Amino acid sequence: MSEPKKVQGDLVLSHITKSFADFTAVDDLSLTIPKGSFFALLGPSGCGKTTTLRMIAGLEEPTSGKISIGDTDITYTKPYDRPVNTVFQSYALFPHLTIFENVAFGLRRRGIKDVDAAVEKVLGLVELAHLKNRKPGQLSGGQQQRIALARAVVNRPALLLLDEPLGALDLKLRRQMQIELKWIQTEVGITFVHVTHDQEEAMTMADTVAVMNNGKIEQLGSPADLYESPKTVFVANFLGQSNFIDGVVESTDGSNVVANIQGTRITFPKSRNNASGSALKVGIRPEKFRLHDPGDNTHGNVLAGGKITDISFTGVSTQYLVEMPWKQELVVFEQNDGGAPDLVKGDPVTLSWEPQFTFALDGASK
Amino acid sequence: MAIAHVSAPDAPIAPEKKSKKFAYILLAPGLLWLLIFFAFPLINLAETSTKTPAPTFETGEFVQTFRFMNFLDAFVDNQEQFYRSFIYALLATLLALAIAYPLAYAMAFRAGAWKNFLLIMVIAPFFTSFLLRTLAWKQILGAEGPVVSTLQFIGLMSPDGTITATAFSVIMGLTYNFLPFMTLPIYASLDRIDYRLLEASGDLYANGATTFRRVTLPLSMPGVVAGTLLTFIPASGDYINAQLLGNPDNYMIGNVINSRFFRVVDYPTAASLSFLLMATILIVVVIYIRRAGTDELV
Repeated sequence: MSEPKKVQGDLVLSHITKSFADFTAVDDLSLTIPKGSFFALLGPSGCGKTTTLRMIAGLEEPTSGKISIGDTDITYTKPYDRPVNTVFQSYALFPHLTIFENVAFGLRRRGIKDVDAAVEKVLGLVELAHLKNRKPGQLSGGQQQRIALARAVVNRPALLLLDEPLGALDLKLRRQMQIELKWIQTEVGITFVHVTHDQEEAMTMADTVAVMNNGKIEQLGSPADLYESPKTVFVANFLGQSNFIDGVVESTDGSNVVANIQGTRITFPKSRNNASGSALKVGIRPEKFRLHDPGDNTHGNVLAGGKITDISFTGVSTQYLVEMPWKQELVVFEQNDGGAPDLVKGDPVTLSWEPQFTFALDGASK
Repeated sequence: MAIAHVSAPDAPIAPEKKSKKFAYILLAPGLLWLLIFFAFPLINLAETSTKTPAPTFETGEFVQTFRFMNFLDAFVDNQEQFYRSFIYALLATLLALAIAYPLAYAMAFRAGAWKNFLLIMVIAPFFTSFLLRTLAWKQILGAEGPVVSTLQFIGLMSPDGTITATAFSVIMGLTYNFLPFMTLPIYASLDRIDYRLLEASGDLYANGATTFRRVTLPLSMPGVVAGTLLTFIPASGDYINAQLLGNPDNYMIGNVINSRFFRVVDYPTAASLSFLLMATILIVVVIYIRRAGTDELV
């Protein structure tokens, strides 16, 4: 077996397109993933994220474009010649081999000496050294997941790909594994590329998240960036929830934009405006709203004349649906910390929020 | 090794008792069937195997004398056919494996939309009787048949050469007749392999050949073991192929048993030979399964 060359550096995808018979899964995608980072490709199913991952792994060939790590072009390199390992969604552990042999598989194929020490070490890292003589079928889902990770990490690849690795685990275990994965990534310092449709998972773990939709990257940035300043309606709704109110720009006042939304004047910082024209979609996250009884003191932007149409208690917070005079229903989350007034269905309310939490998108955007 | 995460639920005792009783009721017809059509004839056969000819010397009349030397006599007199049976069956099994594995592999991984069609083609011979198909081969390979005349025409065979009545045609017939029994289990085990395991192997630096050796082949072993057993066992007891495609020099132990039973009417020898054949196959199979270690798989 040939030892893959010591390839190091940033992963660069340039103008990658992957077309199947009747549709384009990935459409002219360009992306640089810095060495050592934890990068997430986030999107709904069918958005092209898994196809992108498979092209990086070498399991699919791009129709056009180039994939390289550092200075090495790997676009058409066979999977077994790439310094890339994958943690498969189904784990794909070899059922006929013991846990030890599963983890040792890649090392043995490359003719690495001292397989024992390397395997023991990585099994220690995932805290499953005591199960090394078992078969995969005798392990729980969470344990199999860790073995799949160990089997990939032990090879010290330039790049580790994770294909929805936590998808099959229950919520509690998933949370725990999110923290562990992040810790292991820091520990080994390998570039992780993580594909997921779970926005919480992507935001918890990744340094940088790329939100994909229809084969293209909608927006790329840090989790906080994407959440606080979404650039498209898709991103605003895929990461958390958003309320959008149609409006128009009236004037600018120093560093602020003054806009009219449904007859109410509001302001927000210029830096929060992504619209090119004067027509706006004004976005406010549900948890940024505050609820007041009509006539209470308020500050920031204010929308009056709301009426509670639905209340649901979710534990940490309570979710309200507020019907506005223009018949739009807005979603409001209030922390259950005693700060919000006691409200029942049908109560009139006033909404307020701080201007800096506003984000404005182009009025025509969908 | 204990499978830690599979623990039986603590079922209440009463329903368990009831369900056990119910299970026996459901099993009863099958057990009865086994008793009448397997256990009883077997005992009968065992009883016959130690009989000797009646003092009256009337054909077909035997008396029980518990003569266990019958077994040794039967073996010594028919050693040649005994060995030949196992050699032919072994060769046919190996040939069938060599043909069936690539076929099953292609069907499982490469056939795409043709998969079901090919599967039907493998099963199709069963629509005609075993006997008819073997007779058809006798025609095809016979002196007047297309194979011999073609080979003679292009000069690869002497004008008086034959294919039938040789060991080759008997082994070929066995291979042909038991090929589906080899193909289907191998196909089933290959088809069950999760394609992602092969991808994972490639991802872990194994090229195509290594992936086959380290992942595909070990995972298909249960099918290979089942297929070889389903071929070897009936092939070693077969007599139709030797009778139709061979000559007396190619006769197998099945032919001897057949003629002892129906032509010579020597029931004790036929019964002894049957038992010896069963015992030998049983021993061979047990050793084979132990060595193959299929219980370790999956």
